[in-house]
Amino acid sequence: MNALTQTWVRIGKIGDIPRRGARCVKHGDMSIAIFRTADDRVFALEDKCPHKNGPLSQGIVHDGCVTCPLHNWVISLETGAAQGADEGRTLSFPVRLEGDEIVLGLGAPA
Amino acid sequence: MTRKQKLVVIGNGMAPGRMLEHLFEAAPDAFDVTIFNAEPRVNYDRIMLSPVLSGEKSFEDIIIHGDGWYIKHGVMLYKGHKVVEIDRQAKKVRSEHGEVASYDKLVIATGSAPFIIPVPGHDLPGVLTYRDLDDVDAMLLAAQSRGKAVVIGGGLLGLEAAAGLKERGMDVTVIHLMPTLMERQLDPAAGYLLERELESRGIKVITKASTKRILGETRVEGIELEDGTIIPATLVVMAVGIRPSAALAKEAGLSVNRGIVVTDSMQTSDPDIFALGECVEINGNVYGLVAPLYQMAEVAASHLTGGTARRFVETSTATKLKVTGINLSSVGDFSEAEDREEIVLRDAAAGVYKRLVLKDNRILGVVLYGETADGAWFFDHLKKQTDISEMRETLIFGQAYQGGSQLDPMAAVAALPDDAEICGCNGVCKGKITGVITAKGLKGLDEVRAHTKASASCGTCTGLVEQLLSLTLGDAYNPAAVTPMCGCTGLGHDDVRRLIKAKQLKSIPAVMQELEWKTSCGCAKCRPALNYYLVCDWPDEYADDYQSRFINERVHANIQKDGTYSVVPRMWGGMTSSSELRAIADVVDKFNIPAVKCTGGQRIDMLGIRKEDLPAVWADLGKAGFVSGQAYAKGLRTVKTCVGTDWCRFGTQDSTGLGIRLEKFMWGSWTPAKLKMAVSGCPRNCSEATCKDIGIVCVDSGFDIHFAGAAGLDIKGTEILGHVKTEDEVMEHVVALAQMYREQGRYLERIYKWAKRIGLDEIRRQIMDEPDKRKAYYERFVFSQKFAQVDPWSERVSGKDKHEFNPMATLTLEAAE
Repeated sequence: MNALTQTWVRIGKIGDIPRRGARCVKHGDMSIAIFRTADDRVFALEDKCPHKNGPLSQGIVHDGCVTCPLHNWVISLETGAAQGADEGRTLSFPVRLEGDEIVLGLGAPA
Repeated sequence: MTRKQKLVVIGNGMAPGRMLEHLFEAAPDAFDVTIFNAEPRVNYDRIMLSPVLSGEKSFEDIIIHGDGWYIKHGVMLYKGHKVVEIDRQAKKVRSEHGEVASYDKLVIATGSAPFIIPVPGHDLPGVLTYRDLDDVDAMLLAAQSRGKAVVIGGGLLGLEAAAGLKERGMDVTVIHLMPTLMERQLDPAAGYLLERELESRGIKVITKASTKRILGETRVEGIELEDGTIIPATLVVMAVGIRPSAALAKEAGLSVNRGIVVTDSMQTSDPDIFALGECVEINGNVYGLVAPLYQMAEVAASHLTGGTARRFVETSTATKLKVTGINLSSVGDFSEAEDREEIVLRDAAAGVYKRLVLKDNRILGVVLYGETADGAWFFDHLKKQTDISEMRETLIFGQAYQGGSQLDPMAAVAALPDDAEICGCNGVCKGKITGVITAKGLKGLDEVRAHTKASASCGTCTGLVEQLLSLTLGDAYNPAAVTPMCGCTGLGHDDVRRLIKAKQLKSIPAVMQELEWKTSCGCAKCRPALNYYLVCDWPDEYADDYQSRFINERVHANIQKDGTYSVVPRMWGGMTSSSELRAIADVVDKFNIPAVKCTGGQRIDMLGIRKEDLPAVWADLGKAGFVSGQAYAKGLRTVKTCVGTDWCRFGTQDSTGLGIRLEKFMWGSWTPAKLKMAVSGCPRNCSEATCKDIGIVCVDSGFDIHFAGAAGLDIKGTEILGHVKTEDEVMEHVVALAQMYREQGRYLERIYKWAKRIGLDEIRRQIMDEPDKRKAYYERFVFSQKFAQVDPWSERVSGKDKHEFNPMATLTLEAAE
């Protein structure tokens, strides 16, 4: 059976990201947006809106969500799921704080 | 290492094929596999036979495992070998050609056989079933005659066969025993729509028809129904159902009812023999659709490799009729019962029928005809047993609304049919809007937007939606009722603006705290609005909240659909020079900018710039003297000019100079929505000043000041504010007007909408007739410009917000496998 191997990578400090903002991490061809909420929680989503691939990292972060800059879809930072009546889901990655270090979990694709 | 176990598989259909895929993935070296296939070929997608019949696909297109797959996995495949005996004592199987294979584990996947109605003549040449590629080949041969065909059975397979034969040029009649087609998957209403659709394609359908006998001496000549009707035919296809092929298992002494009896781990009554696919029976049920068969495949593979946890669980499966141009899908249980409710949507003209069967606010069954785009969504909720009470009123309309054509905005709303599209952006029809207004008791535009998305995108249909509100609610609709800014507050824009002033609120958290915001940090609607109001009202004290600005205003460029940006440098009044053009050309070359375009506001737009390149692009432009054109801003955009008295033989004033003066005075200011201006040197109006937010038309006696034009979603000529004599007066009046708009406009409200709301006379009175008021507006604008006229590009080139433009990290590790 395929064990899900999780690699944890230090990507920077929480202070690198503005509150209610995001920054990107390049991972091969993929861009992963790292979000920091008003209350200093961090989340990681693929930087791609499920609607038309808009760069979520450029959106406005509010509560636990980000609003896509292209067409205002609202995406949950925790699950990557589109909110409200929109249907879709962006890939989300586990991310945690160790002190002020942000550690991103990159799993093998299931 | 232990010896590899011998696995023999009888049957090479989709179920055992999938099982082997799972097996090879989980335990590639556990088994030596031998397959006996009664059909002389590899594993193919039986579901796709109908497209092969109709000619849309070839057999090669539908192969799942080509010969190479069997070689790669070391599988011994006997093609065209039907197994005739299982010797459970010796653990051996024997094919009709005498091939013998011994096994440690045996998997029976003999599938099913079409049911043949035992009427006289059923064995005549020309009577076919519809099961495998041989049947398709035989039908294709028969179709070459372009003669008459009868399909017995109006179920899924029968109708696909009928449509395919029709496609191949045959004259087709479908005979169906029941009153409506596909009665197992469709309710009578959808069955009726389907019947009409097939007939419109030239397929005759006879329901409630029982076949008495098949006519013909040496081959088929026709059929006779119980009522004596005779239908001539050279081809008869029987598609009245399938039954599990369980004879072999039964002869081997395994437990067999309708199908081979297996447990939910696909185990037969012999512990070394598994069975799966259409030949098995689990808890009294047999299965013919692919989803449960694939589930069986997973379960069997897991048990063969020693896992014991996986069990087969009965789930609903969606059915789709694969006839091109007929959209039909059904799933679940849709019979009527006391404790069930249903939601039905019918649109006879469009041929759309949708029915949801609910029990306890959960979807039990779904029938979609004519429009099946939401099938997957409904099915998802059915599978998940979602409690749909929250969305019940709108459930039937499905998940999303895409595309569609624009409706003529002039049409009388009341006369529109319910299926008329109101909102082209979001594909919302009239019936939906009125339905939701009634069902949810909606009172205002914003609520309709929230529930239906109608008019929530480009907004051009706002008027139509408002009319629908009036039509539906009558006098109860009060368009003047305050609509809240967003879901985060009950206050409207005007109240919020008033309270910001009255309570001296000077930060977003202060506004949210004092005005009792319902969310902890607002949303993408209210935050940019609040940020603007605070910037406008407290220019010297408020610190712009960068994170509450839309991305374009954060990075001072325009985001494009692919995530790149476009950059527009300011060209004052639309004037440029060879050195500026040369600098732009150099930047375009240096950064490989893919597109350069002239804008409607007399600027040059460079499109397709990567975000990381923006600061460097700006640095180079800055060296040539450019500042940001703010083409992204809810603020002063462009002042367009004609060449005026400088060059034009008709010019009455220096329109270019005035335009440049206005632009240099007003650039950098934030406004509720974008502000575009123009100055024309004479009434010929070459700079099109009379459709701008603010326009000046020069005349011999001075300057006519226009405002509140629109040339976007709406087209509207400007209104005259008044006439003044000197350029200095133009400056004072125009700036005062802009400041009045800045102080009163709601965020994203263009000047023409604000003017309509405030009243033209009121604006004229304050700007033209009350010099003190005008001067006060002017002074406040001038004050705020002290803090606003900072070139954002040079700020960022010198390092401000550096983090915005570079990735935080670039990971070099490979994706872990």
